[in-house]
Amino acid sequence: MLRSAAARPPSLVQTELNGSISLAAAGSWTAANVHELERFIEEARATCGGHRLAAVGAGGITELDTFGATLLSQLTLVSSTAGPPARIVDLEDRFVDLYAQVHRFSAVPHAPAERHNDLVVRLEALGKATVSAIHDLASLAAMLGQICVAFTRTLLRPSSFRLTSAVHHLDRVAWQAVPIILLITFLIGAIIAQQGIFHFRKFGADEYVVDMVGILVLREIGVLIVAIMVAGRSGSSYTAELGSMKMREEIDALQTMGLDPVEVLILPRVIALIIALPILTFLGSMSALYGGELVCWLYGGMAPDIFIARLKEAISITHFKVGMIKSPFMALVIGAVACAQGLKVKGSSESLGLETTASVVKAIFLVIVLDGVFAIFFASIDM
Amino acid sequence: MDTLISVRDLVVGFGQRTVLNGVSFDVRQGEIFGFVGGSGSGKSVLLRTIIGLLPVREGTIEVLGTELSQASEQARQAIQRRWGVLFQQGALFSSLTVIQNVQFPLREFLNLSPGLLDDIARVKLEMVGIKADDHNKLPSELSGGMTKRVALARSLAMDPELVFLDEPTSGLDPISAGDFDELIKTLQKTLGLTVFMITHDLETLHAVCDRIGVLADGKIVACGPMETILKSTHPWAVSYFHGRRGGALAARHLTKAE
Ligand SMILES: Nc1ncnc2c1ncn2[C@@H]1O[C@H](COP(=O)(O)OP(=O)(O)O)[C@@H](O)[C@H]1O
Ligand SMILES: [Mg+2]
Repeated sequence: MLRSAAARPPSLVQTELNGSISLAAAGSWTAANVHELERFIEEARATCGGHRLAAVGAGGITELDTFGATLLSQLTLVSSTAGPPARIVDLEDRFVDLYAQVHRFSAVPHAPAERHNDLVVRLEALGKATVSAIHDLASLAAMLGQICVAFTRTLLRPSSFRLTSAVHHLDRVAWQAVPIILLITFLIGAIIAQQGIFHFRKFGADEYVVDMVGILVLREIGVLIVAIMVAGRSGSSYTAELGSMKMREEIDALQTMGLDPVEVLILPRVIALIIALPILTFLGSMSALYGGELVCWLYGGMAPDIFIARLKEAISITHFKVGMIKSPFMALVIGAVACAQGLKVKGSSESLGLETTASVVKAIFLVIVLDGVFAIFFASIDM
Repeated sequence: MDTLISVRDLVVGFGQRTVLNGVSFDVRQGEIFGFVGGSGSGKSVLLRTIIGLLPVREGTIEVLGTELSQASEQARQAIQRRWGVLFQQGALFSSLTVIQNVQFPLREFLNLSPGLLDDIARVKLEMVGIKADDHNKLPSELSGGMTKRVALARSLAMDPELVFLDEPTSGLDPISAGDFDELIKTLQKTLGLTVFMITHDLETLHAVCDRIGVLADGKIVACGPMETILKSTHPWAVSYFHGRRGGALAARHLTKAE
């Protein structure tokens, strides 16, 4: 930068002669003094507004950078009277190039930002949100369709299935998830049992705690908790992976090699989830029952063999089936939502974050909706 | 002439591997210093070490008169505001538009009015040849050449005294690369910059660099103006500057010099 030893405070002096004003700029016109400089311009605009500005003397300027040059260039335009803009005179030679460069670009007037009616803006936002919700549903349906097509194609040509990839993802979403799923469902089972004992004891109905824990865990809580955990844990990572591949054009690269991204990337992931979720649901349900049993024993004083006997009476294989039947469908929804969101990522890291959040929120929402639909279905077939 | 960067006996490595082994050179005020070396020879590592992103094993680095590893946090930040860096991949903020990328350092370090903020950013973008139509695009919507130009505009946002450019013309077609060279030369003259530039581009080295450093085997094997470099006898420098692609340019340079 053209920084001389002569760093002096900037100044702008006005002189009036026969109705036209001259300005004399001096000192350091640099970023460090930009506040003062902006104030000078404002003042000049206020006082010179109606007068003709003859020239701006710049002989006293000892330091100039692009900030100062931009402001100096604006200074030539402060007068609102007709006629050519003021000229800069006496600028030191070493600054002339810089000023010319900056002036070439900064003197171009730019269109002021458009102003909008507030109501219209809101209506527009509402309309956009509605349309994008419809698009979301459509893209989810499209993703489910693509997964089905890819699946059918794989059935016809089993050798094209990416077994290695599916096993790798199975390891990540099932095996590595086991400890945390066991821990959380254990705690949930224990908490339900504790609350049950605490409240049922008032009616002397301690034993029914076992019914409650058994039915609730096997039919609803086991599969729901596991599905929500998996949506948060694996769904988000699917979205982030596919999204960052989309960002770096890796998915386009796959496509141009004649490979189907759904078949290569999405199908193995979704299949891994569909296999993983029932396994995790089973393990989670058992862990929750175990937690319930421990609490009944230690907190409620119910011996384990009584718990087991009572459990045998209370639940039937139907309850277990209801929970297990739901789980692969939930897995499909989680996988499809996660992958659809992942493919929606645009070029920025912000959109990656947005889609990952959207993926988890939508997957959890849809899992709960699906659970409600299944509840109606099972009720109507008496299961 | 003042020395802006002074590197002495620099050693940098990762784990067992030593990438730079005793590198010494100076960059003087107001010059364009070109830096060449084979792919993977450690040019980017050297740049990242100078700007403080990688730790120094041995040796000293003085930038703008201060040794960064010894400086206080405050002194280091003050120095960092006096340089600009153009990273090899551009490193634009992907969620900000082109103009917001340039405004970012201004917004952080200077308390400008919104109008002036816009004006300054527009001037900087126009200076590097980005037209107003492209100011509101996102980085993902830019071509490779435009990305480099925007990154250059951002590195120049704070009016630095010193800019570091990591392969600014790699990945550009020869004409764009030539334009970019011109641009750097013009900016260097008008803004009085000192430029430290890593490049593979023989044209760039011949056209704009005042002095050149050649990195091979973890050391500077030749350093000086083009004439000196062309006389170097180091095998890598010989094959690079007198090889199939370098030979013609070297011949042209020598005839021009005579
Ligand atoms: N973070 C890192 N960890 C380990 N090795 C690295 C790292 N960064 C660079 N290297 C190694 O240092 C060497 C020099 O790399 P680099 O400076 O990027 O090469 P270039 O000269 O092409 O810019 C390479 O062999 C690279 O593998
Ligand atoms: Mg490199």
